[in-house]
Amino acid sequence: MPETWINIFLFVMLAATALAVVRTRHLFAVVMLSGVFSLLSALLFVTLDAVDVAFTEAAVGAGISTVLMLGTLALTSRREGPVSASRQLWALPIVVLTAAALVYGTLDMPGFGSPDAPAQRHIAPHYLGETASEIGIPNVVTAVLASYRGYDTLGETAVIFTAGVGVLLIISELGRRRRRDDEDEEGSVRNPEGAGDRIGGNSRSDGDIR
Amino acid sequence: MRHHLILRTVSKLLIGAILLFGLYVQFHGDFSPGGGFQAGVIVAVAFILHGIVFGLGMVQRVFPRWLVHKLAAVGVLVYAGTGVLGMFLGYDFLDYGAFSPDHPSHGQHWGILAVELGVGITVAGVMVSVYYAFAGRPPQMSDEDW
Repeated sequence: MPETWINIFLFVMLAATALAVVRTRHLFAVVMLSGVFSLLSALLFVTLDAVDVAFTEAAVGAGISTVLMLGTLALTSRREGPVSASRQLWALPIVVLTAAALVYGTLDMPGFGSPDAPAQRHIAPHYLGETASEIGIPNVVTAVLASYRGYDTLGETAVIFTAGVGVLLIISELGRRRRRDDEDEEGSVRNPEGAGDRIGGNSRSDGDIR
Repeated sequence: MRHHLILRTVSKLLIGAILLFGLYVQFHGDFSPGGGFQAGVIVAVAFILHGIVFGLGMVQRVFPRWLVHKLAAVGVLVYAGTGVLGMFLGYDFLDYGAFSPDHPSHGQHWGILAVELGVGITVAGVMVSVYYAFAGRPPQMSDEDW
């Protein structure tokens, strides 16, 4: 029973944080509040006994994302621009319709924590029962993640790598530097290592001056 | 950013502890919550904290950009290489039983250790390089602007 009250309290706090995010125009406050939102979700995951997920949410959602958002804010504006009244008028029905569709979708789902849910009956019993003998480690989550579902995790790692490469290609200065060096080639003392260098060589020279 | 005396002192103390905790989460993931994803983020946070407090130039002397970029790829190679190594030993891709044929669950321990290490290296490399990419852009804000 106390768990129910904790859940209700956390959900109320989540809703309050979400409302505050919507209402605030100051983007620094919005970033901080979204960090709070992540931390509250992490607490919810803890009450669901999903500590691994809670750990990830706290580290990635509340930690790294907040830092990266602040980094983005430092490059752009810190105030949200005003939204025209006509667009605000459209927003309400769209949000209500989407929410109604989502709630309708949940009607077919198995009950909260139901032991008959397909997720509990398919292969989960095998993982829970056989991890100790097949893998021999106490943390079933790690066993599923790294061994039973090793292919998926390899894919996830590749996704993270690809995302990092994408970010670097879009916003890092690695490619741009070469072009700029070509432009101010004459009389430039900024980068004596020379223009038209390979990317690896260029970035190596970044490390020590910056 | 010379004037943040308390911030600089406290973060000097914290960075070592954060790195140690990251290693704990990395190598203790079989027994407690955690694993490569979380550990990679924690290790990255140690470098990001250093970068925020002491400036991008300082942290890039410790952890240069080219190294970070290569680490992001090395992690994926470690992961996939573990699978390929199993194939060379005559097992399926990512079948960790290959590393200890007489005692399959020991092989699982080795395989999970290697694979989680790969995940951790990639996550740390990607997170730090994304931070470098954001923080390395020209318009740096002064403290008063916040």
